[in-house]
Amino acid sequence: MAATPSSKYMTEGEAGLGIVLLVGALVCALASARAVDTPFSVHMAVFALAAVAGIGALLKRYEGRPAEAPPQEIDGKPNYNLGPIKVAAVAAMGWGIAGFLVGCIIAFQLWAPSLNLGLEYTTFGRLRPLHTSAVIFAFGGNVLIGTSLYVVQRTCRTRLAGDLAPWFVVLGYNLFIVIAGTGYLMGVTQSKEYAEPEWYADLWLTIVWVAYLLVFLATLWKRKEPHIFVANWFYLGFIVTIAMLHIVNNLALPVTVFGSKSYPIFAGVQDALIQWWYGHNAVGFFLTAGFLAIMYYFVPKRAERPIYSYRLSIIHFWALIFMYIWAGPHHLHYTALPDWAQTLGMTFSIMLWMPSWGGMINGLMTLSGAWDKLRTDPILRFMVVSLAFYGMATFEGPMMSIKAVNSLSHYTDWTIGHVHSGALGWVAYISFGALYCLVPWLWNRREVYSLKLVEWHFWVSTLGIVLYISSMWVAGIMQGLMWRAYNSLGFLEYSFVETVEAMQPYYLVRALGGVLFLIGGLIMAYNLAMTIAGKTAADSEPRPAGGTLPGPAGLAPAE
Amino acid sequence: MAETANPGTPPAGPQTTGHEWDGIAEYNNPLPRWWLYGLYATIVWAMGYWVLYPAWPLVSGYTGGLLGYSQRAAVLGEVEAVRRERDLRGRAQLASATVAEIRADPALLRLALATGKAAFGDNCAACHGTAATGRIGYPNLQDDDWLWGGTPEEIERTIRYGARSGHGEAHVGDMPAFGRDGVLKRDEIEAAATYVLSLSGKPGIPGASAEKGAEIFAGNCAACHGETATGNPEMGAPNLTDAIWLYGSSPEQVVTTITNGRKGVMPAWEGRLDTATIKSLAVYVHGLGGGK
Repeated sequence: MAATPSSKYMTEGEAGLGIVLLVGALVCALASARAVDTPFSVHMAVFALAAVAGIGALLKRYEGRPAEAPPQEIDGKPNYNLGPIKVAAVAAMGWGIAGFLVGCIIAFQLWAPSLNLGLEYTTFGRLRPLHTSAVIFAFGGNVLIGTSLYVVQRTCRTRLAGDLAPWFVVLGYNLFIVIAGTGYLMGVTQSKEYAEPEWYADLWLTIVWVAYLLVFLATLWKRKEPHIFVANWFYLGFIVTIAMLHIVNNLALPVTVFGSKSYPIFAGVQDALIQWWYGHNAVGFFLTAGFLAIMYYFVPKRAERPIYSYRLSIIHFWALIFMYIWAGPHHLHYTALPDWAQTLGMTFSIMLWMPSWGGMINGLMTLSGAWDKLRTDPILRFMVVSLAFYGMATFEGPMMSIKAVNSLSHYTDWTIGHVHSGALGWVAYISFGALYCLVPWLWNRREVYSLKLVEWHFWVSTLGIVLYISSMWVAGIMQGLMWRAYNSLGFLEYSFVETVEAMQPYYLVRALGGVLFLIGGLIMAYNLAMTIAGKTAADSEPRPAGGTLPGPAGLAPAE
Repeated sequence: MAETANPGTPPAGPQTTGHEWDGIAEYNNPLPRWWLYGLYATIVWAMGYWVLYPAWPLVSGYTGGLLGYSQRAAVLGEVEAVRRERDLRGRAQLASATVAEIRADPALLRLALATGKAAFGDNCAACHGTAATGRIGYPNLQDDDWLWGGTPEEIERTIRYGARSGHGEAHVGDMPAFGRDGVLKRDEIEAAATYVLSLSGKPGIPGASAEKGAEIFAGNCAACHGETATGNPEMGAPNLTDAIWLYGSSPEQVVTTITNGRKGVMPAWEGRLDTATIKSLAVYVHGLGGGK
């Protein structure tokens, strides 16, 4: 290292992380060698290789960096740290496409089960958690982490806390995704919906998540703004609550520390209640609070309008946080769960209706005075339509939690339709809107490569959502009605097989809707890739709205 | 920042909170009234529900609610009502009566058909199809062609013990693998197939001799399928002269059947379904149209 000036030293963080990674690599290599099952051996090897790659990246970074730490400010402007955010944005795009694709595959499998090819790796049971985790945690998670690290810097007017920590968060989180996804394919699961990864993956995520919390809190701590911006309340609520949910729901005892299998410490209906306390609040705090945070920054930013009501944001934030945590038992209506717990789950879900709508009102009313932009700006349109879907899903959800309605809807594909009107319409659309804004800002481009392609993405995927949710509504309600049809002697009118036969055409429509959504995702990926490459399409027009472009000021190379 | 007049929103300035984050300001509009009253309404509704229904856990037990509702009591009541209704219509007799007696009593027959239909959908439709029309390897139960006999009693026996199910009373009788086990050569199998197909007027394999096939049939197949190839329900040997083919009627399919034999399995339902249900299934299947 002749080129290295003599004054250059490794920071404590670099040296410390290097040692931790080295020890981690050795421990994981040992665990891989002593593993009692193949998936565990493979996963420990992946961890070991990741640690070695981490050491390599540390050394390369040390070699290439200047002697001094990156400045907090350049010319009086914050020197924002954008590198990890870029990685999260690209990862979100990639995982999104993968997740939509797997969703399409399993949708077609439901229509024609032989499409599982008779291989254990491609059966519905393994691909389904791969789909849900890829879209929720890989796509959604990277969007949340990426946008939160961006928004917290800009709204605190300070560089992200930590030097290596943000990189650790983003890369560590994506390592968790790889472990979780490959685990599903190899049959590793603890069979808890949306919490399928086994104990070692859960432990790793806990470490990463605590690091995420610390980076976020420390950035808030050194903020230059006197007040904390509303989006950051939502991000913090999301990060803190997910940490709590993740840890409690994944309390489990491994059969051996050298094997993948573990058993939860809770049993029976207690386990079910913990699971759905987790499951519903994953919806509430991951898919709602987190994405509302995105809404609170990107909608006013893109519309160039003030947020409609500070008061509403405070009231609905606290009401949402307080109410949501109670609503989980509505997933267990008419089960062994005691009546009183079902009642609380249902009534809190009903009370949750207006707090949920508070976010929609605040988002939509922010458009006051800028509604004309919907005509010309497809990116803003994505976000506004996402709020409409959010409002629809958060009305439908409380309605479905009412026991009488739930007795019809539960276990049917109505639930799948409901979930996807929220997931495709709200979560994905607000994410698309955010990514279309964020990518040009991160790579210092004036605008996305082509707004026309954004238009195409919007209409193709909207058509896909309409096909998806309408077919699932019809199929689900039909299914529920068929299940509950009795004759005068108390016998079921229809056997289960007959209900499955009746659903088949709707499954095809749903799968085609999914394909349209996937095509939309591919259009986005192309568009964003061209944006990153710095290309400008011939058809791209400058945004007609007056006002300054919301490009980040004072950008400096962050890596 | 371009300001556009909008009657719903006060102009920016004094009405914002006064802070700005990365260029984003916040108005301080009051809570929309309808939203606030909506929130209050749901809270009042929830409290009313708590008063009426089981709601809050206590140190031991929980608040039971004024209506005294219990989900378990409600479902037990519904089950009990159905049980009474079925008892009224003679459910107990289903188990003790013979299939013939059930068919003779209109009320009992109605109960048996309803029981049988529901049980068929849950247990039989997976193989025989929801319309009982079967498919390759799984007999059609709508027609009058019966491998193991089509009287109500024979059908009951087949359901109860199954075929090649491993149960001691099950129907047995395998079609041997004439080709695989080296009993017949390929050209002999093709001749036999051509003869069998000719019995129902179907074209055979070009070049294969039906006359030679007839000789092979008499020597190898007639023992089970009969001299006239009309089958034998004792052995589950199908009638080969009709147009009904369990494993397909193309020359290739028939050659495959003779070469490798066939051992279709029907599970025994005794022990899985109660006697009343098995009898009801026999009555139901017999009544599908093809019963003898």
